[in-house]
Amino acid sequence: MTGVISLLPEGRHGLLVPPLGRSEDLDSYLAVGGYAPLVAPQRLLDRIAALGLRGRGGAGFPAAVKLRAVRAAPGPRVVVANGEEGEPGSVKDRWLLRHRPHVVLDGLRLAAAMTGAERGFVYLSDAPAERAVRRALAECAPELRIDVVRTEHTYVAGEESAVVRRINGGPALPTAKPPRPFESGVGGAPTLVANVETLARVAAMYSRPDAADPVAGSHLVTVSGPGGGAALVEVPAGTHLKVLADLSGHGRADAVLLGGLFGGLYGEGWADLPLGHDSLNAVGGALGCGALHFLGPEDCPVAVAVEAAAYLGAQSARQCGVCVSGTGALARALSAVAHGEAGYDTVEKLHRWSRQLPGRGACGLLDAAARIGATLLDRFPDQVDAHRGSGCPACSDAASEDGRRFAVPVP
Amino acid sequence: MKLLLDSTRCQGYGLCQEPSPELIDLDEWGYARVRAAEVPSGGEDAAEAAVAACPNSALRLVK
Ligand code: SF4
Ligand code: SF4
Repeated sequence: MTGVISLLPEGRHGLLVPPLGRSEDLDSYLAVGGYAPLVAPQRLLDRIAALGLRGRGGAGFPAAVKLRAVRAAPGPRVVVANGEEGEPGSVKDRWLLRHRPHVVLDGLRLAAAMTGAERGFVYLSDAPAERAVRRALAECAPELRIDVVRTEHTYVAGEESAVVRRINGGPALPTAKPPRPFESGVGGAPTLVANVETLARVAAMYSRPDAADPVAGSHLVTVSGPGGGAALVEVPAGTHLKVLADLSGHGRADAVLLGGLFGGLYGEGWADLPLGHDSLNAVGGALGCGALHFLGPEDCPVAVAVEAAAYLGAQSARQCGVCVSGTGALARALSAVAHGEAGYDTVEKLHRWSRQLPGRGACGLLDAAARIGATLLDRFPDQVDAHRGSGCPACSDAASEDGRRFAVPVP
Repeated sequence: MKLLLDSTRCQGYGLCQEPSPELIDLDEWGYARVRAAEVPSGGEDAAEAAVAACPNSALRLVK
């Protein structure tokens, strides 16, 4: 069971309403101030810029910069609500679409008004989410023309160039950049691809102007760990990871995997890390989509790295030669470490790849795999050494490629 | 001027590196790696030669 918990101070407006067991209907959403007429789009955009709202899909890019780039582009424009949650350890996007489809559609309509778009899409793979969105659209379709596009779920299907390619009728696979979607996206039109949590925050900032600052600065986070204790939590930025671990029953954790599979492993000192894009980037990690997977005392960081790398290798879209070769080599090398078969040259290779592979694929999957390898070596040298020449019980089970360890059920 | 590699097109033929080793090196699997996206001044001819050498149109120059 995945819990749903708000850590916002009493009375503060957040995105996690108590789970209703059903999707929020139009009347309930109107009652919290939803779908208010937008009279001054420019003012809302300035407010988003001033409060520094960052995108919640993974990269943490400033939302206002993206909105303005699409607004400034010539010709018809398109906005996309991206609800395809690639990280197996994240549930927030599917939770929002399933339980609060109107807040996402409201955000999409506001984004369209701010960018001047006349066409919108909701992009997703989750069937219950699709049903909730279609029901919400039938209740109240915003003035914008909105189509729902369903994709197959993969790790990379939510990457923004893959989103555009899929909506254009192609496979959901990343393309080389430039052009980025804001330059040439759906049907060649300048396109805003925005994560559904980002859009929900835009809507909440607009409907509750008094609470806009804390709304822009809070995060939906999925925490998980050994034994299956998991929770979807809304927290103010800067919350220490220890608080999140305690909350989900993982207070005794020795380490944490940051940003889904994207931010690498962190050991000693993890408890005092403050949640945020900049704070985690500063220590060589990443917040990504806000998923945190804790490692308990019985978990072996090497085994976790092997499973993460194997999963990423299996999820490689196999478009880029360097990604196929690179993820394969990383996964084999980590598996050799796990089985006590790695010599010093293997460790040296892992170090070299962690420097040479990031940035070389068309998307970030290869970077994620390289960071898993690099952070394992940098932060767990003793555990890596301890595997040399002897078997580790936690590592002896063959690594599964299906990412089972990291998957969290949607509450 | 920027020299950009589309890694989805790079097949690792290595032909781009021959005329322009100062701009491109090959990794252990033979895939091209652009040393620095920004082409250094004086390197324009080499960049064009690299683009022309790739049989798969994986490289391009962007002003
Ligand atoms: S880097 Fe890997 S996952 Fe990303 S597009 Fe290339 S082959 Fe696919
Ligand atoms: S010639 Fe083209 S395909 Fe070959 S390595 Fe260079 S860029 Fe890649």
